[in-house]
Formats: sequence, C-alpha cells, structure tokens
Amino acid sequence: MIFPSCKEVSHLVSQGLDRRLGFADRVRLRVHLAICDGCTNFKRQMEFLRRAVRKLESGNF
Amino acid sequence: MEDFRKRVEAERPYLLRYAGRQLRDRDAAEDAVQETLLAALAGEAAFAGRSNLRTWLTGILKHKIIDAIRRASRESPAPDPDSADLDAALFDQSGHWVDPPPAWPDPDASLEQSQFFAVLEQCLGRLPAKTAQAFLMREHMGCETGEICKELGLTATHCWVLLYRARAALRECLQANWFQR
Repeated sequence: MIFPSCKEVSHLVSQGLDRRLGFADRVRLRVHLAICDGCTNFKRQMEFLRRAVRKLESGNF
Repeated sequence: MEDFRKRVEAERPYLLRYAGRQLRDRDAAEDAVQETLLAALAGEAAFAGRSNLRTWLTGILKHKIIDAIRRASRESPAPDPDSADLDAALFDQSGHWVDPPPAWPDPDASLEQSQFFAVLEQCLGRLPAKTAQAFLMREHMGCETGEICKELGLTATHCWVLLYRARAALRECLQANWFQR
C-alpha cells in the first residue's frame, strides 16, 4: 500500500529506531508524516523517549 | 590500590540501580554488581589511563547483565509477543488513532527535572518483564537488535514487536502521568 495507516506508520517509526528502513518504507513514512499530526507527535515522542532513557542511564539527573 | 578500591566502591549504588532496572531482581542485580566490582579490582591495570571510572565499570557490568539475562532466558524462554491487544486499544479498525497523540510542549525541559525520571522509572516498572528487558537492552544498554534477539531467543520480527510495544506503552504512561498533569 502506498498510503499506510497510522497503525502501520507507528510500527515503522519504532522499527526506524532499530534498523535502517528500506527506501519504499522511508518514502511512505515521509508522505504520511507530512499530513498526519498524530503520527508526527508519536515520532517526536519516540525520539524523546530515547533521549530520556539515555539520560536515565547516565545517572546525571 | 586502596584509593582505587574506594573509588570503585563509591560507584556501587549507581551500578546497583542500573542493574536493578535491567534485571528486576534484587539478588541477580547484587550478584552482577558484585562480580563487576571483583573484576574491576582484579583489573585495575586495565583501567589505567582511562578517564571515566563509571563508564568503564558500566561496560563491565553490561557484560555481567547480559550473562544473567542469557541464563534466565535459557531457564524460561520468552513467550511469543503479541501486540494485537495494544493495537486494538490504540487504533480503530481502519488503523486510525483512537486518540491521536497530542504534542508535548517542550518535553526536553522535563529532562532537567528529577521527578520526571521517577515517573519514567515507574512506567518502566509497569511493563511486562520480557518487554521491559528487550527495551532496556536496546535503549539503556545500547545493544543492537540482533544481540537482543539472540539473548532472548526471539526472531527479529518478534524483537521489533516487543520494542514497539514497550515504546507505545511508555508513551501512554508518560502521557497520562506526566505530560497531562
């Protein structure tokens, strides 16, 4: 599907933190994120979560 | 030598918190830290010249933690993860968000507040054990997905599902308990 659902996009966003997505998936993500605030917020929050756990790991808070 | 021993001992509380978060078992965490401290004291020469004792000790501890995870996974292999329930709670039948995630205003300001990290630890504590383990191996210890799958005895696809489930559940928990207060 060229137009993935939010459900599919949220899985791809998470996988994008663990592996390099293929070209087609990257394009589908970009197209979807350009028009979807919910998934854009989800993606930013996933990246924030990574920063937060890194800081938790460092013990400097 | 005596000075080195004291500096190593001083890192024990940090290492215990680190191991406890990852292993969720006080005895297993104590064992991993004890092994780490013994290895560190025996290997003082290997530390010579390195600038950061905590980083060096944490590197040793990670190996001890992965050993402990490997032993535990052999005794009780991870069940097949199933994210269908979570997906059903988050998305309607056409795959749209039931409640689209709202923006979090200036989330990085939270990283300056120690209370935020207390909430984050509580949210981590609510995750199912294997889910938390996979997530912390990835984000806390910085393991690659391949290593996590191997140690937990999961396929790559199952690994991604576990990591997704952890992240989505943590997002929900932080939304409810921190960003919406």
